[in-house]
Amino acid sequence: MTGRPLSEPDERLPLRARLALHEIDGVTLLVVPAVLFVIGLFVYPFIYGFILSFQPKAGGWLANYQKFFSVPFLYDTIAATLWLAVPATLINVLISIPIAMHVRRMNRRRILTTILVIPITLGTVLIAEGLLNYLGPQGWLNRTLMLFGFGQVRLVHNYTGVMLSLILSGFPFAFLLTLSYITGIDPSLEQAASTLGAKPMARFRHILMPLLAQGLAINLCLSFVQTFSVFPSAVLLGAPAGATRVISIAAYQAAYEQYDYSMASAIAMIMGFAQLLVVALILSARSFVYRGAVSGGKG
Amino acid sequence: MATQALGQQKSAGERLWAIAIWALVIFFVVNFVAMIATVVVNSFGTRWLGTWLPAGYTTRWYGAAWQEFQLDDVLIVTFQVVGAVVLLSGLLGVPAAYALARRNFPGKQLVILLFLLPMLIPPITFGIPLATVLYQSHLGGNISGVILANMVPTVPFVVLVMIPFVEQIDPRIEAAARVFGAGTGRLFLHVLLPLLAPGILAALLLVLVRTIAMFELTFFTAGPGSQTLVVALYYAVYAAGVRAGQSIDAMAVVYMVTTLVWLLIALRFVDPTQIVTRAKSGSAAE
Amino acid sequence: MAIAARDFRELRLDEMSRNFGFVNALKGVNLTVRRGEFIALLGPSGCGKSTALNCLAGLLNLSGGSVWLDNTRIDQLKPEARGFGMVFQNYALFPHMSVRKNIGFGLAMQGRSKADIQRKVDEALAIVRLGDQAEKLPGQLSGGQQQRVAIARAIVIEPPLVLMDEPLSNLDAKLRLEMRAEIRRIHELIGSATIYVTHDQEEALSLADRIVVMRAGEVRQVGTPEDLYVRPAHPDVAEFMGYRNQIRSHATKAGNLLSINVGGVGLHGTPIDNAADGAIVAAIRPDDLKITSGGPLAVTVESAQYHGNEFYCSGRATDGAELYFRSETKIQKGDTVRLMADPSRVLVYAETPS
Repeated sequence: MTGRPLSEPDERLPLRARLALHEIDGVTLLVVPAVLFVIGLFVYPFIYGFILSFQPKAGGWLANYQKFFSVPFLYDTIAATLWLAVPATLINVLISIPIAMHVRRMNRRRILTTILVIPITLGTVLIAEGLLNYLGPQGWLNRTLMLFGFGQVRLVHNYTGVMLSLILSGFPFAFLLTLSYITGIDPSLEQAASTLGAKPMARFRHILMPLLAQGLAINLCLSFVQTFSVFPSAVLLGAPAGATRVISIAAYQAAYEQYDYSMASAIAMIMGFAQLLVVALILSARSFVYRGAVSGGKG
Repeated sequence: MATQALGQQKSAGERLWAIAIWALVIFFVVNFVAMIATVVVNSFGTRWLGTWLPAGYTTRWYGAAWQEFQLDDVLIVTFQVVGAVVLLSGLLGVPAAYALARRNFPGKQLVILLFLLPMLIPPITFGIPLATVLYQSHLGGNISGVILANMVPTVPFVVLVMIPFVEQIDPRIEAAARVFGAGTGRLFLHVLLPLLAPGILAALLLVLVRTIAMFELTFFTAGPGSQTLVVALYYAVYAAGVRAGQSIDAMAVVYMVTTLVWLLIALRFVDPTQIVTRAKSGSAAE
Repeated sequence: MAIAARDFRELRLDEMSRNFGFVNALKGVNLTVRRGEFIALLGPSGCGKSTALNCLAGLLNLSGGSVWLDNTRIDQLKPEARGFGMVFQNYALFPHMSVRKNIGFGLAMQGRSKADIQRKVDEALAIVRLGDQAEKLPGQLSGGQQQRVAIARAIVIEPPLVLMDEPLSNLDAKLRLEMRAEIRRIHELIGSATIYVTHDQEEALSLADRIVVMRAGEVRQVGTPEDLYVRPAHPDVAEFMGYRNQIRSHATKAGNLLSINVGGVGLHGTPIDNAADGAIVAAIRPDDLKITSGGPLAVTVESAQYHGNEFYCSGRATDGAELYFRSETKIQKGDTVRLMADPSRVLVYAETPS
């Protein structure tokens, strides 16, 4: 009994007991079907696509990637997508901050949040169709502009239309996320700051923003990933052969118009990688900012 | 106290700021509502060219759309897909959530990461490789492929949504049930299921709403007979030059009504923010 | 250049009122606080003491009345303009700032120079005895340490008034006793006026120069700890101060005293307020009901809880009245004991809704 370290497992324990020590039993096995599903239909296709991207129809193993980065029609899609996604993300997230700050004190927030959930629920296809009507040359928006003396503005089948649809579908999401982060900040922190002489701007700068920063980073990542994968609105509402030829269109065309699944997988990988890069960038900036709990102590 | 602004004596600057904020919000909402209204009005209009409102009103476009886009078939397919996705996601997801909430096994963090990924990575990025695999397995182009593809983001969603619900149930209740002689089957049926029912309902309603609107995954995996409503709508708008706009808008209205009816039902059980913030709660687990 | 509170003569609350919808949380509170005083706002939950404190801080607006600092009316000022220090119940330490930055925050808001801030923060750290924790984050400190940071943060700005909202309620019993002494020591060191909210009468008795007992939004009594302990002005104040026996009965005059019917026996008591013949409430502390072999009041013991050097007992008199008393020797349920109380320790109040 003496001299035996407590952490050594007893080899004479039956397998079941040993597994139970690691909390593996019948209940744990309940997680297996879902895990198998995700592995089979998410991880495996991803790996499959990854490998497939290195098996082009013609040329060496890097041919797909070389082709992508040498053909302007292809690599320009990254720029086109970023040119849409970055401003849309910044607008959606940054504007959500002052609005969320204001709305957090409302008693009947739920009406507003319910209204804002509707664009998210309806989805990008419906919003694209709606904007085609509403922003069209004879649509209500242009009519109103003409009524006030401004000329007709071209808002469909171009960059502007897609940008507006990204804001319409993306802002509610960013806003609801920001709101949930802001309401998670202990209100007594701002109260304490005000008793110490901090005016509203100072409170925002020294208390709210630092504590919000971690949530904002996540918000930026999620919103960016959403906007970067814009697809139906870029086709229906934009100029898919021109200014709004985004990378998802290139992937789609490779798969369903050219039947080049290898190339399509390669483009999907590039797309995923680009998103990963930006997300990593945002999150690495986050490490310079406070990342802990947002309440003011015990109690 | 949390809802009290610090000292209500507002300066002129603060009042201006409040007005600006509200103006922005109202502008957004007004434009959005107007956009929806355009679609609805157009679907009921006889002709609408160059005027504020249509020349006259009719409901014939709905009949036309019903025929033209075979909406009866499409709706059946949509509900088959959505129903299957909801059921299967629940069957796979709820037990998994229970296991994750109650057991701390080696590799648990990895499993949670595994469930987070399909929710964080957008459908297009994994949709194309997924479609490729499905077509290779001859599941692409028909309804089973569509169902499987749509389950990829929803199974993790159900898991991540249900974990907090399970954690809320005191494990000692389960222990008590066992002490009083309940086997696992009866424990599940008489104790767990009733307690988890609201959470399961909330999660499944959210899955339902999300799947009706899920475009990309169905788009990549559907064949002509397995399109859901949102994909059929896309194709209709895409080929809009050939068809009358009003019948497309009629179809769009059918889509909106379908989605919003389920949204309203879901909102009776769920707070609007939960439709959005599940991804956040996974990554903010600090 | 030690930390010393700013000078002022008095803080005056004039009919201070606050409503929340239909609920009157504060109903016309009047109070004058002099420089250097330690005032405790004492009362049960919901009595309005925290509301009063938040109104003083400016975190809540008044629905009526006014607050004056000497000759300046301050109730229209925002919290950031009042210059009062406040210690919150949950400390409200900024989690992303070090202890040093937390304490120096108020000074930074005043626009002081870095050297100034450094010096003052060091002084404050010395006063609360936390010098070696200066660079830590609040999350790395214990509850008691967080407490002291909160206090340091409030006093370093040298406010004329320090507001404390039940600061000790989240600490364990031992720490509470230690921190009580600390708070009093710091108060005397910097010479500010302190308004301290608590529901614990022991805390109020040991800390305050004057206690304001509140109930349902009103001030029931203001007085020194001895005043309140020996001569509470109303039955509810008496009950709050530990006069656990509240006997409803009838009284008849007996010289300067009143004779009241308790347990079928006549006890003599001292009239407070307008108590005279008629319906009364008699308040007696359990420790003032002494077991004496010839005592007038016969009581059957119902329970006796061991408390170290004495027993806390309850029993029933012959008329069914439940009485609480103490015993130095062990007694059992079912025993009969005889109690007596000194008339000066039986406080008799008129039974009127007041």
